[in-house]
Amino acid sequence: MQYVILVYENEEAFAARSNERAGAYWGAYQAYSTAMREAGILRGGNGLQGPPAATSIRLKDEERLVQDGPFADAKEQLGGYFVIEVDNLDAALEWAARSPSMTEGGVEVRPVLVM
Amino acid sequence: MEAAHVVDRVARTSYGRLVALLSARTRDVAAAEDALSEAFQAALTTWPESGVPERPEAWLLSVARRRQIDAGRHSAVQQAASAELQRAAAQAESGQELPDERLGLMLLCAYPAIDVAVRTPLILQTVLGLDAATIASAFLVAPASMGQRLVRAKRKIREAGIPFVVPERAEWPERLRALLEAIYAAYGAGWEAAGGRQGLATEALWLAHVLVELLPDEEEALGLLALLLYCEARRPARRSPDGRYVPLSEQDPALWRRDWIIEAERHLGRAARRMRPGRFQLEAAIQSAHSMRAVTGKVDWAAVTMLYEALAGSTSTVGAQVGWAAAAGESEGPTAGLAILATLPAERVAGYQPYWAVRAHLLRCCGSGEAREAYERAAGLTEDPAVRAYLLREMMKLNDDK
Repeated sequence: MQYVILVYENEEAFAARSNERAGAYWGAYQAYSTAMREAGILRGGNGLQGPPAATSIRLKDEERLVQDGPFADAKEQLGGYFVIEVDNLDAALEWAARSPSMTEGGVEVRPVLVM
Repeated sequence: MEAAHVVDRVARTSYGRLVALLSARTRDVAAAEDALSEAFQAALTTWPESGVPERPEAWLLSVARRRQIDAGRHSAVQQAASAELQRAAAQAESGQELPDERLGLMLLCAYPAIDVAVRTPLILQTVLGLDAATIASAFLVAPASMGQRLVRAKRKIREAGIPFVVPERAEWPERLRALLEAIYAAYGAGWEAAGGRQGLATEALWLAHVLVELLPDEEEALGLLALLLYCEARRPARRSPDGRYVPLSEQDPALWRRDWIIEAERHLGRAARRMRPGRFQLEAAIQSAHSMRAVTGKVDWAAVTMLYEALAGSTSTVGAQVGWAAAAGESEGPTAGLAILATLPAERVAGYQPYWAVRAHLLRCCGSGEAREAYERAAGLTEDPAVRAYLLREMMKLNDDK
């Protein structure tokens, strides 16, 4: 089954992409994706630019509303995602728990909807 | 003492005893838990007004017994069970200890027909009263799935006629081994994520103590308890004051808990005198050899290698093989270690972090350029941020060495 690991990060984690912790930050994600690729389970994924680069659009009372920033004003924001293929949710959680975002954010695991 | 505190204390010390008694005849563990939880609720509302009874356990047992009858299937089994519980409660009222059926309960939870993955969660829930959400977090399982698995397992115990008895001699070794492995799995649960913290280590240690109390002459039960004590003794040394991961070989033995090492030695010594070696005694002996560094200043790697070889021969787990490779790398050189690793099939190690960590170390000792990739995979497979940072630092050192 395919699962998407949604990687959520807080402000400190987004900042670590370009401050003095950048080496450790990118090294950790590099290692994480290498481990998944080498184990043969990685099907896709991307890192995303931070929330300030987001633009949200919706219709409200039939009026189009374009906003700077993401939909939800939460402490943790989507920072990237991985698509993996494993046998079941237990296995997906095992891989998800290895995400470097764990201490400064977390992950959400969702099965891909099969159409 | 305040009523709520007494309820807490009794829940901690007697929960499993009470569940065991309440389910021993009916084998309906879920009903026993429900009845007991209602009894605890009743205690919380009644005791603050009427005062804490002189024998809280007996009080809880009586109330739970009545709840079971109220909820009850009025079968012959239920009635006989109820009469028995009434006698037990009456005896407890007069100051006698409650009969201890926990061994039967634990063996029931680790019964061969019960899925291996749910045995440990069952024990944690029925003997220690942990809730499904806590257990799910420790085992990295969705809480809803864990809840369902526990419910299903309890239904199976009730409906499949799984016996609540301590088995005959012929069956005993296999049944005991399943139980020991279930307790050991509790120690391993959340080990990585817990890092320097506790995880379920306290619970596992408590269960191992209970088991030795119930089976003082079982060498493997003693071995398991010794193993857990050795490992726990090193906990204070696993992190530097600034939170960095410290590998075993670099730990300061002065930080190890001496009292626990001494206790472990005592259990292992008692086990060894019975002259019946087994998996947990071997693992404990390996940890004992590491602990000797506190005394002699060095590790007898030849002895550790031999112990691991014996362990690998008897269990065939990836963990034992990897441990053997690491030890052989020290006693016979990195090439010997790598040769042992090479016997493991790729699909069994693709997601097994220790394999990559040991491989990285051995490759570095050989001066191989492949060490880098192994460090990276080891770092990518760990859940522990401190271990990840350590492995990435080691990987960076390779570049410096060049």
